[in-house]
Amino acid sequence: MRTKRTKFLAGGVVIAAALAYMIYAGVTQSAVYFVTPSELTQAPVAGKAYRLGGMVVKGSLRWEPRTLDLAFAISDGKATVPVRHKGTPPDLFGEERGAVVEGSWTPDGYFKATTILAKHSEEYKAPHDEGQASPKELMKTLKGPGA
Amino acid sequence: MIPEIGYGALIVTLVLAGWGSAAAAIGARQGRAALIESAQHAAVGVFVLVTACFALLVYAFLAFDFSLEYVASNTNLGTPFYYRITGVWGALEGSIILWTWMLALYTLLLILRHRENARDLYPWALSAMLGVIAFFVLVMTVPAPPFARLSPVPADGRGLNPLLEDTGMITHPVALYLGFTGFTVPFAFAIAALATGRLGDAWITLTRRWTIVAWYFLSLGLLIGGWWSYHVLGWGGYWAWDPVENAAFMPWLTGTAFLHSVMIQERRRMLKLWNVALVVLTFALTLFGTFLTRSGVIASVHAFTQGTIGAFFLGFLALVVLVAFTLLAARWDRLKAQGTVDSVISRESAFLLNNVLLVAAAFTVFFGTVFPLLSEAVRGVKVSVGAPFFNQVNVPLFLALVFLMGVGPLIAWRRASMENLTRNFLWPVLTGIAAAAIVWLLGVRSALAALALALTAFVTATVVLDLVRATRARRRMGESLLPALGGLVLRHNRRYGGFLVHLGVLVILVGVTGSHAWSVQTETTLQRGESAELAGYRFRFDGLAGSEESNHFKVSGTFTVTNGTATPIVLRPAKKFYPRDSAPIAYVDYRLGLKEDVYLVLGDFARDGSHATVKAQVNRLVSWIWIGGLVLTLGTLLAILPERRSGR
Repeated sequence: MRTKRTKFLAGGVVIAAALAYMIYAGVTQSAVYFVTPSELTQAPVAGKAYRLGGMVVKGSLRWEPRTLDLAFAISDGKATVPVRHKGTPPDLFGEERGAVVEGSWTPDGYFKATTILAKHSEEYKAPHDEGQASPKELMKTLKGPGA
Repeated sequence: MIPEIGYGALIVTLVLAGWGSAAAAIGARQGRAALIESAQHAAVGVFVLVTACFALLVYAFLAFDFSLEYVASNTNLGTPFYYRITGVWGALEGSIILWTWMLALYTLLLILRHRENARDLYPWALSAMLGVIAFFVLVMTVPAPPFARLSPVPADGRGLNPLLEDTGMITHPVALYLGFTGFTVPFAFAIAALATGRLGDAWITLTRRWTIVAWYFLSLGLLIGGWWSYHVLGWGGYWAWDPVENAAFMPWLTGTAFLHSVMIQERRRMLKLWNVALVVLTFALTLFGTFLTRSGVIASVHAFTQGTIGAFFLGFLALVVLVAFTLLAARWDRLKAQGTVDSVISRESAFLLNNVLLVAAAFTVFFGTVFPLLSEAVRGVKVSVGAPFFNQVNVPLFLALVFLMGVGPLIAWRRASMENLTRNFLWPVLTGIAAAAIVWLLGVRSALAALALALTAFVTATVVLDLVRATRARRRMGESLLPALGGLVLRHNRRYGGFLVHLGVLVILVGVTGSHAWSVQTETTLQRGESAELAGYRFRFDGLAGSEESNHFKVSGTFTVTNGTATPIVLRPAKKFYPRDSAPIAYVDYRLGLKEDVYLVLGDFARDGSHATVKAQVNRLVSWIWIGGLVLTLGTLLAILPERRSGR
């Protein structure tokens, strides 16, 4: 009787310890720190995983379709961080809009984004903004060569 | 008029549900049949009224009654007919009304099924169901009113979120909510068992089918959600460990644990306390999930509105837990187990371990999901853990669970002898090892993928072995093969339904393994007429075309895809521009296949059609996830068939 109980107890302890270790290791390896541009510029740590949120600065957006190089700056009004990314900007992304990027700070002085989070909110607000073509205008330019 | 009628109906519903809940409880306590009868009438009234409210809202959507704020926010004159109906549950207020309607429906079914066969437990269960309904109706009258008036009345509404204009979004919430609300029934019976002190296996036997049905709908909801994510969102995946996915996954995990642990109580009279706690936990997690998604405490793709609704759900959650634990404490002495686990190597142990692992998985998902809140509270910095955390922690747990899926159904009760183990597991283990060797020879170098496939082979072998043995035994009695197999499966439909569900899960596992281990993708910009290559496929960009759709403008790229031998396929991924939105919505185009899916997402494009950026993916074995869902469906149907009584 005693040995059976010990066995179950030992099993439980082993499982709990393994789980605790897995959680601990998982957290340390995949922790992503939420920062604002001012927090990041105060104490940037190269290689640490950050999630950086702010506004995309007007006039900072550069998109090179051939090489898929995307560059822009994110600001919170107090500090500005240059960001580079490889890949198409997501649909909801644009200048003077909120954006959240995930990636790390490089010693070369820019933020290397691995993901740009396109937040699909259920409440869409801004009806039209200047940078985006209106459907009508788009149709005009497309109907010619395409359809 | 609609707002006044709707609001009035909700108030009456609230009163009726509150009365019914109280009357059923008092009637049960004092043995007054008239009060229970009255509660039944109240429940029927609640069902009729909630149905009427729901129909009223559907009518308002169809009639474009923009004097209702909810209608104006979720539909407009261009919304296609079907989506005007399904738009009803496209956002918070309508979801709550759908949820309440399902609860009322389940309550009605509960009355029909159990009024006669569970005289002791039934009134308490009815009381609990009506209590939960009362809470949801309360939510509809204060923080999430579906009939709120909008003034001045706009000429046109804002329209449904374009992402929700998809068949997946018609069915996903329905299935998911049927799952969520379905767990209210076993919860109500658990409360009834606690209230009456009848903690034997009566409440478990009564709720067996209810639990299976709830579990099935929850699984289906998760799968349809994955399908929606895969073919609408255009990131090429089906599961992102998003807080809201997690919110639905946690009750699925504990519900799965409950589904297994009740078998131990039925068979060995053990785990009484554990079962009650598990079902309370599962129900609490469905509320917690709603709190998480609707309160906006955690940023997520699904997190919609903020407001007082979070506080309501948190308050109700606290009340439920408090009531359940008070009752548990009061019945502590009756919850002691009658049986004990005799040996570490036994079916009881395997089930116990299954439960521990499932609850551990639920805990890690919970921990990871609320981690940002925890870290902010404890250390003052906001830190999140993403998909890598969930994968890293859960994959070992899930693989261990798959192993147990093979062991549990075949290992002996009480104490498995060496002979029992060799008899049942020698061949399956050899099959597993052989499968690992074969995939290794085929060039698979991912240890994790090889392990997953080996375990799949092992579990499949245990099922086949069991079927072959049992069929052979019947054939010795003189039956021919097919009647023997059919008779066996129908006679023990619960066991073989369970096996079929297990096989469905294995098929899903193959899909998940394949898509994780072998999917490839590339992103590139192509000039018109230029091609790119990926995994043996050539994609040629042939140009852009614009078209006016009923409520949006669509720009599609034409891509011709060839892979050497087969005839070329043409894929047209697009971007849809909705007038009300400033940003377009991606429209994915794909060709599904058993071996792999070709999946194209249109990125940026030049307005003159000279070049376009495209994300191309070859996703391996993903279709098996959906096929697994079908197998799961068949298994569930088999498991809930009426049991055949052994006449002899």
